Amino acid sequence: MTNIKRVKIGMASCGLAAGAQVVFDNLKEDLADSNIVVERTGCIGMCFREPLVEIEYNDGHSIIYGDIDGKKSKFLSQKIKNNEIAEELVVYIPGDEKYENDHYHKKQIKIVLRNSGIINPESIVEYIEKNGYKGIKKSFEKGKDWVIEEILKSGLRGRGGAGFPTGLKWKFAGGSKSDMKYIICNADEGDPGAFMDRSVLEGDPHSVLEGMTIAGYAIGANQGYIYVRAEYPLAIIRLEKAIAQAKEEEFLGENILNSGFSFDISLKKGAGAFVCGEETALMRSIEGNRGMPTLKPPFPANSGLWKKPTNINNVETFANVPWIIVNGGDKYASIGTEKSKGTKVFALTGKIKNSGTVEVPMGITLREVIFDVGGGIINDKKFKAVQIGGPSGGCLPASLLDTPVDYDSLNNTGAIMGSGGMVVMDEDSCMVDVAKFFLDFVVEESCGKCTFCRIGNRRMYEILDRITKGKGEMKDLDELEALAYQVKNGSLCGLGQTAPNPVLTSLKYFRDEYIAHIKNKKCPAGVCKALIEFRIDPDKCTGCTLCARNCPVDAISGEVKKTHIIDQSICIKCGKCYTACRFDAVIKE
Amino acid sequence: MNKIEEGIKPIVKKYKEEVGALIPALQEIQEKYKYIPKESIEILSKEFHIPVPRINGVITFYAQFRTEPVGKHIIRVCHGTACFVNNGDSIMDTVKEILNIEVGETTEDRYYTLEQVACLGCCSLAPVIMIDDRVYGKLDSTKVKNVLKKFKEVEND
Repeated sequence: MTNIKRVKIGMASCGLAAGAQVVFDNLKEDLADSNIVVERTGCIGMCFREPLVEIEYNDGHSIIYGDIDGKKSKFLSQKIKNNEIAEELVVYIPGDEKYENDHYHKKQIKIVLRNSGIINPESIVEYIEKNGYKGIKKSFEKGKDWVIEEILKSGLRGRGGAGFPTGLKWKFAGGSKSDMKYIICNADEGDPGAFMDRSVLEGDPHSVLEGMTIAGYAIGANQGYIYVRAEYPLAIIRLEKAIAQAKEEEFLGENILNSGFSFDISLKKGAGAFVCGEETALMRSIEGNRGMPTLKPPFPANSGLWKKPTNINNVETFANVPWIIVNGGDKYASIGTEKSKGTKVFALTGKIKNSGTVEVPMGITLREVIFDVGGGIINDKKFKAVQIGGPSGGCLPASLLDTPVDYDSLNNTGAIMGSGGMVVMDEDSCMVDVAKFFLDFVVEESCGKCTFCRIGNRRMYEILDRITKGKGEMKDLDELEALAYQVKNGSLCGLGQTAPNPVLTSLKYFRDEYIAHIKNKKCPAGVCKALIEFRIDPDKCTGCTLCARNCPVDAISGEVKKTHIIDQSICIKCGKCYTACRFDAVIKE
Repeated sequence: MNKIEEGIKPIVKKYKEEVGALIPALQEIQEKYKYIPKESIEILSKEFHIPVPRINGVITFYAQFRTEPVGKHIIRVCHGTACFVNNGDSIMDTVKEILNIEVGETTEDRYYTLEQVACLGCCSLAPVIMIDDRVYGKLDSTKVKNVLKKFKEVEND
């Protein structure tokens, strides 16, 4: 007899991409003749150890195993059947001192991700067991004014990046008189390097539906839309299922729980336009038009979707709402700093050891997030910069690592909180190249309405391109700066107003790198192809011929067991020889 | 009635009465044909009472819509920040080299179409690619070669 209740496999996009399906199939098959339930759950958060398997015991404790592949899942199912623990595969035991003292767990507070990786996201029953839909019941009991008051008290600010107080937004929309009002959930998570919202939608879709319903009740809206990226197929499937279940259980639809309040939610799939993350553009897109931003005022709270009062919040904001209603605004406000309350979810990626979604209290420092929660840099290389806030944010250097994570402190650095993308870079990243990468992105994604955004960003991109090719001049830097401020001031929406931030912050904190490109014609990180050269160190070369065999253009010559030479006139600087050499004999300069 | 008219009839019927349904209608047409045939635009214009240039305006605005037929499978190479930092460019180079096509093009045997996307949101597994709806992560040049080779083998099994 086993004392195992069930086996859960993390099956959000990350888990699936890492091979969770095979693991699920194997465990399901192997445990078919036992009474152990094998089911899927959302993102457990430790994406760096995917695929993850959690074993839940009857007495309530559980063990999480990581890096499970097809072969290991067979081994694991044998262990499960024998009622044994597979010590070598354990990555985490909740409640166990040895693991809980680890900074990765100790410094996180899970509110938004409270159910993610814990419940089966496709089961409304499991959501209800975890206080699910209690928030909506409590809201009906206490009334709409109380709901808005509680959200105001919590100090919750928009998690999409701009940080506008959510309660205030609701109050404005609630105060607008109209026969029809709308709630929109912005799930058009477009920042490259950000996947917090995807994790929430895939791991706990009901929390978002409940948050939207509470918002609808508070402002008097009867229709909600979720505008979700088409690039998130799994999130769409889980949302569709969740909406159907909520309707069946009467948490959505006509006269919800006999309260007299009716609310319905429809899905709208984005069609691949980053600018649609901007609220006015998003509404134009739902209306079936080109998603181009419009002037504010009028604000959506007065005239939004189809010119009706509309309240629009981000996925993470909505996911916070049921928790706040159930636990009280004061409790939420007890976490965080004076002006930034609660927690923030970050997608920690790049050259970081513990890559994945993390949820930390506001006010924690960047250093704590990166080195304690994130475990530091891969291969213990030197930290160079952290890019936060995506194309609207900035690159911050080591000297700013003690900046607290709150809206105002981050704004002061020239970056922004943003939606939560946090990409960590080591000495192998070139800051000029990174700035160029983000500008390339905004040039591609600018809707073209405002001249400065449409043309200014392109001119800036061209200047950066020149610099990375060794053709830059010192006066380019002044021109870059001047253009950056013109684009900021001359653009209508958030995309253009923040697009120059990556350039401005890298100019401010990594100016020496720009100068090295311009004056010395060198790329210190060894990234910009026009400025680097590959050579073979005759003292280290053993003449193994591996580099020559890997060279796609036959630029390397040399006899077996003799020093090889790279012909610079043929070399395309692809770096294949550099990666292939086992003796560190290929030098990049 | 010709083939396309017949084919998109249920889609037109489903969305005709709905306000602002142009984008979902186009999405369903594309789901069916993998691109938006020119004829379907004319039909939508007539049925939805939207001028053809306005529909074309919407189609060209959104990256998702294509007006040319594509291959059997679509490969999307991620160009997000995490992939970029983890040498994602070399993945794109390798895919281009193997398939011998550029972004936006289809292989001669019409098996693959190559696209680049801004971010697939699987940053922890960077660099990643997506073939149809499935994501493949933690790639390098060798692994991506194997992924493509295996994909074709499995399907031809």
